[in-house]
Amino acid sequence: MAARMQQGGRPGGGGARFAQFKLVLLGESAVGKSSLVLRFVKDQFDDYRESTIGAAFLTQTIALDEQTTVKFEIWDTAGQERYKSLAPMYYRNANCAVVVYDITQASSLDKAKSWVKELQRQANENIVICLAGNKLDLVTEQPDKRAVTTADAEAYAQEANLLFFETSAKTSENVKELFTAIARKLPIEQASQGRGARGAAGRPGGVDLGSRQEPGAQGGASGCNC
Amino acid sequence: MSDDQSAGADIQKSSDNVSATGGEETQPQAGSVNTPKHDGQDVGGLERSQELTPPPLPPRPRLEVNGRPPTTGAGSFRLSKRASRPQLLSQATTAVSLADVHTQSRADFSSNPSSPASRIVSRKHSLSHFGKFRGNSDSGGDDSASLRSYAPTLDARLDGESLLGDVPEQEATPAWRALSAQLEHDDPFDNVLPDLDLFSLQMQHEFDEVCAVDAEGTNEEQTLGTWKAKLKHFFILSASGKPIYSRHGDDQLISHYIGVAQTIVSFYQGADDPLRSFTAGGTRFVMLSKGPLNLVAVSRLGESEAQLRTQLESLYMQILSTLTLPSMEKMFSARPSTDLRRPLEGTDVLLDGLADGFTRGSPSTLLSALECLRLRKTHRQTINDTLLKVRAPNLLYGLIVAAGRLVSVVRPKKHSLHPGDLHLIFNMLFEAGSIKAGGGENWIPLCLPGFNNTGYLYMYVSFFSTSEGPTNGSDERPSSAGEDDELAVVLISPNKEGFYELRKMRDELVEQLQDNGCMNVIKTAVRKRHAACSDIIPGTALRHFLYKSRGNVQFTMPSFEPYYHGLAARRKLMNLYSSMHESIHLKTAHLKVQHCTAQDAAALAWETPLFELYCVAGPQATKASLAHGANRIVQWIRREEERVFIIGGAVF
Ligand SMILES: Nc1nc2c(ncn2[C@@H]2O[C@H](COP(=O)(O)OP(=O)(O)O)[C@@H](O)[C@H]2O)c(=O)[nH]1
Ligand SMILES: [Mg+2]
Repeated sequence: MAARMQQGGRPGGGGARFAQFKLVLLGESAVGKSSLVLRFVKDQFDDYRESTIGAAFLTQTIALDEQTTVKFEIWDTAGQERYKSLAPMYYRNANCAVVVYDITQASSLDKAKSWVKELQRQANENIVICLAGNKLDLVTEQPDKRAVTTADAEAYAQEANLLFFETSAKTSENVKELFTAIARKLPIEQASQGRGARGAAGRPGGVDLGSRQEPGAQGGASGCNC
Repeated sequence: MSDDQSAGADIQKSSDNVSATGGEETQPQAGSVNTPKHDGQDVGGLERSQELTPPPLPPRPRLEVNGRPPTTGAGSFRLSKRASRPQLLSQATTAVSLADVHTQSRADFSSNPSSPASRIVSRKHSLSHFGKFRGNSDSGGDDSASLRSYAPTLDARLDGESLLGDVPEQEATPAWRALSAQLEHDDPFDNVLPDLDLFSLQMQHEFDEVCAVDAEGTNEEQTLGTWKAKLKHFFILSASGKPIYSRHGDDQLISHYIGVAQTIVSFYQGADDPLRSFTAGGTRFVMLSKGPLNLVAVSRLGESEAQLRTQLESLYMQILSTLTLPSMEKMFSARPSTDLRRPLEGTDVLLDGLADGFTRGSPSTLLSALECLRLRKTHRQTINDTLLKVRAPNLLYGLIVAAGRLVSVVRPKKHSLHPGDLHLIFNMLFEAGSIKAGGGENWIPLCLPGFNNTGYLYMYVSFFSTSEGPTNGSDERPSSAGEDDELAVVLISPNKEGFYELRKMRDELVEQLQDNGCMNVIKTAVRKRHAACSDIIPGTALRHFLYKSRGNVQFTMPSFEPYYHGLAARRKLMNLYSSMHESIHLKTAHLKVQHCTAQDAAALAWETPLFELYCVAGPQATKASLAHGANRIVQWIRREEERVFIIGGAVF
């Protein structure tokens, strides 16, 4: 289950590094965001998935090497228009983002580009963004289904300074690779130092770690402040 | 409201919508967890019509519409039974009073008594259409007669005897005379439901997808055939005729029918007397106009107009839950030709879930009540205490839900939970796959129209399976595997940034419930499922029953097995319940007992201000054995009330 990739025992000795990062998935509805997450977190895939309602929160921990463990707190958002105004809440403190499009749907790349723009304007300055062209398996079977060439997407990614992968949540091609690449780009040293004391004191999966200075009282209890 | 608040201050006090103002019956016993509900009921309470049952508390305190003090009792869970018949006001509060509903329908119909427009008339109407149900509720004079005839029986009950006790002697009472003088109706709908075999087949395919018509239209005829074979359709269209939702068939297939529906609806809309319902053969059509939307139900399942209308209202509630009323109105006033499909994208599963629930037939919807998980009183108390202890500062409502049944609730004194809202939540949790299958925690903006149809709340949902051992630590959040044995923690806050706060509460809650053993108690209770009728009442002739506690707005029932196995058998049973429910609610009179025989069942409906009871036995069962069974259920409930129902819940 969720613990699949959990480290058996975190290296207790000196030099062990543990860092936790907030990751957000963005992209048009039905491009495969939830499927990528489910593959990454639970190593599962459903051919028929219902669209996400609201947003889902999952965690997954990966070991980069013997010494280094990275825990992702993942926000899988629903791509629908009506949730648009809530998006900033999810990317506001994100350390990294995966922006997904469907390589068989050209328009989904446009949508992805607009998310990238928004992130670069509004999100964390140092946010690590990865562009993911999903449903790679579909074009492996039927090359004529491809609507976005690898070269085009890659060129765009380079220009916008993004990591880039073509993935398949279905076959799991490049899924682990994508998350690992993100982890490697993240400032683990800083994060694990900055967090060391708290991380050691609190429960590792505790809820109060990290980048969430959520102004809990902001909305107050004042009824429906929407 | 102050009246109510002070009453609510003692969360342990038992309460009953009906009894709270009656006088002696409140029996406040601070400290004691409960007051037996069926005893000491004042007749004064009984005289109050069901129609006067107070509306649920509105979200923001204000005077009750009908000027009566709210009598919702102290610790009562305070689900209003009427709230699921949504009154979607465009204001912040959505107090629902039954009086409102009736006034409306009377007004609608006053000009034309023969129109099926009125809910009241439609009930009579539909009763006569439900020939299988032979109730004694046709004539107007009947009303007072039933009051008169039942009053003595009530006294008997107040003396500690049960209404239906000792049947042979009672045969001579007016109640029994009334029972035996039942009217039989001609019944155009008598054979609405075909033989069980055929019906099973139809039900089996009812939820199959209608495939799309291909480009050349070669399969059009066949597709249309499949589509037409559906027993039930729901359509939602905009006032300008744009399709918004159809349970079956794609746009292309339905466009023609949508067009027809639109024409019919708009033709009558011009007149003062909008078309609300008509029947053709065994098919009933019901239309509901709600601001910019028209909703249409087409049913061959023998449902009444009122029932279909309630279902349409629930679909409408779901749309509001996604959009909120003001934002939907804004879209349409800015552009009347707005295509609502886009803003509603992804919510088809929710509408389908509701629609299919109605098609299968749900006791919860029929009774506008919830079912709770049966737990020992001390366990329930511990769970409540735990909820209160770990309550997050911005929490509005908290629920523990197991396998579609409520385990516990924490809520503010001021705010009741509306059954209609809970229905939407349950539907989202258990009918839509994405939350359960997501394998994580969820943060969902939603509007609960019964609470406030103008704004969003934020709902934290975390599922876990009951089949495994205790979850270890807060980091493990296994999702559910099974379908029936899921446990969910649902925490609702007005604060859209409240996720982490509620997540923390969830962690503490789970941890404490594990420590104090309640988690295992809950899991065990869930796995036990429903008891068979014969386990509850050994030796009874009854095969199934529904008991609704009106004060608690909750119901309980035994397992459908072994007599009602499969969709079709259940649906038939639900049809019987529906017709009884319909018929017993025809009048505002209090004490009602009705007996009915159908092809394959004999049944009894019994309504008092405290409860509604519907029991079903085989076709050979005598009235006496039904009555005997009914009495034993009531006795059982008396003993078990605090296990079967959540009384009060955790209130802060
Ligand atoms: N063939 C294929 N289908 C996929 C892949 N990823 C997702 N899907 C399908 O695409 C649909 C939408 O996926 P979902 O994860 O819900 O998309 P989201 O709305 O972005 O979260 C589902 O039916 C998935 O089964 C993939 O890599 N290959
Ligand atoms: Mg998704």
